[in-house]
Amino acid sequence: MWDLINTSIYASFLLSIAIGVIGSLIVINKTTAITGSIAHGSFGGIGFALYLGSSVILTTSLFTALLAVILAFITIRFPHRQDSLIGVIWAVGMSIGIIFLSLTPGYQSDAISYLFGNILLVENRDLIFMGIIDLVILISIIFLYHRFLAMSYDREFLKLRGINADLLYTYFLILTSLTIVMSVRAIGIILILALFTIPALIAEKFTKKFFTMMILSGVLGFVFMAGGIIISFYYNISPTPTIVIMAAVTLLLSLFKKS
Amino acid sequence: MKAVEVKNLYFKYENEWVLEDINFELEDKKFMAIIGPNGGGKTTLLKLLLGFLTPTKGEIKIYNKPPKENREIIGYVPQHTNFSLDLPITVFDIVLQGRLKKGKFFYSQEDKEKAKETLKSLNIYELKDKKIKNLSGGQRQKVLIARALVSEPKILMMDEPTSAIDPRGQKEILDMIENFNITRIVVSHDIKILLRNVDKIAYIHKKAVIHEGPKLNIPKDKHFCEVELIEFLKDEACGI
Ligand SMILES: Nc1ncnc2c1ncn2[C@@H]1O[C@H](COP(=O)(O)OP(=O)(O)O)[C@@H](O)[C@H]1O
Ligand SMILES: [Mg+2]
Repeated sequence: MWDLINTSIYASFLLSIAIGVIGSLIVINKTTAITGSIAHGSFGGIGFALYLGSSVILTTSLFTALLAVILAFITIRFPHRQDSLIGVIWAVGMSIGIIFLSLTPGYQSDAISYLFGNILLVENRDLIFMGIIDLVILISIIFLYHRFLAMSYDREFLKLRGINADLLYTYFLILTSLTIVMSVRAIGIILILALFTIPALIAEKFTKKFFTMMILSGVLGFVFMAGGIIISFYYNISPTPTIVIMAAVTLLLSLFKKS
Repeated sequence: MKAVEVKNLYFKYENEWVLEDINFELEDKKFMAIIGPNGGGKTTLLKLLLGFLTPTKGEIKIYNKPPKENREIIGYVPQHTNFSLDLPITVFDIVLQGRLKKGKFFYSQEDKEKAKETLKSLNIYELKDKKIKNLSGGQRQKVLIARALVSEPKILMMDEPTSAIDPRGQKEILDMIENFNITRIVVSHDIKILLRNVDKIAYIHKKAVIHEGPKLNIPKDKHFCEVELIEFLKDEACGI
């Protein structure tokens, strides 16, 4: 059994680093809808890559980074209309993906596998990409921890301190987009959002410092993924939904915790 | 020394003027209150003074420079009601944010000492490790004041520092502000601020009526006297 699941356990570990850091930042910055928009919009990049026959990871990274920049611009420039505009990006990205897919016969099932993902099918080269993105995330959080925290609390104050808060926010969305690309094969577009936000939502309830919130959500993310992998392996069910259901049940239980 | 100079200031967001022809000056270490009805343009004026907004016409100088170029010396206390309370962050970490600046990524020992000192001077040191969620409105406001003061600003700007706080907390905060030895601009729609030792009053309702203290010698603006001023002040202030 270990031979069959060890790559996916490594993947869980690498993903849990991103879940801990980026997932926590998504929750405290209230960028859940934006993350959903980038995640679904990334389907456009996947469709485009399959159409061109180019590298899915590279093409989708560029495509989602572009979406992140557009979304950053929209939310900074039109804060009062951001929810609707976020929805538009969401739909446009998906539509682009579907159009390219219909122009690329024979790849439909490939594309579908990105929608739902399968952590058991992750390959070694995926691990390398995950590791690189983790490294970028870790270096970023070491240097930008205080800025990110201040940004989520009060962006205006950060500007007053002479820090380019808009640029920082854009960078954060680009990091989010890279995180999505690294997770898409394992988790799938549709469920990425749940897997990134649920551990952080639970962790937030039990921590007083953002640093411990990141650690705890990373650990929770790993436990859910590893647990989901083992369960889905034994019962032969799809892993991602198993992971999400486990996480959601834990979240539900954590809601009963007195604050 | 002049702390603030505002000359022929006009501002509009879209088509309508929010501020028209505002003129005033404020000397170093003085205490100014900006009062006026809701929607009158007080917050807008403050954001112009902070350099978050750019005048449509006219000029603003903070210690002889445009606000954007002089942010280092400005301390700012925003309206505290806008913040997420669930954020896992302690009082100490919020106060430290006031020490952030361009090119600085980590807090030094000096930053931490300064933050402790500021918390002590505002009598909230014992709240240091609490989550903001578990504080009262007045305590949260003091934390934001500490964050603004920790960078040792020459001028402190505050937007409605006493709104949504119980009367005892309001008194404590106004006592505190009154005693700071730096330039202060306090925006408030609560005219009880005029009972304080303010040096200058701007009544903002599109056009500003500027008045030099002492307290209770309030601008004789018709709208202000008839609509805004609470009963017990009317007599003394407006002679009606
Ligand atoms: N971002 C904005 N865009 C357009 N109009 C605004 C904006 N902010 C405030 N206003 C308008 O400007 C006027 C003054 O608002 P504001 O400065 O917040 O008043 P106050 O702080 O005195 O209550 C109001 O009519 C308000 O509707
Ligand atoms: Mg206001």
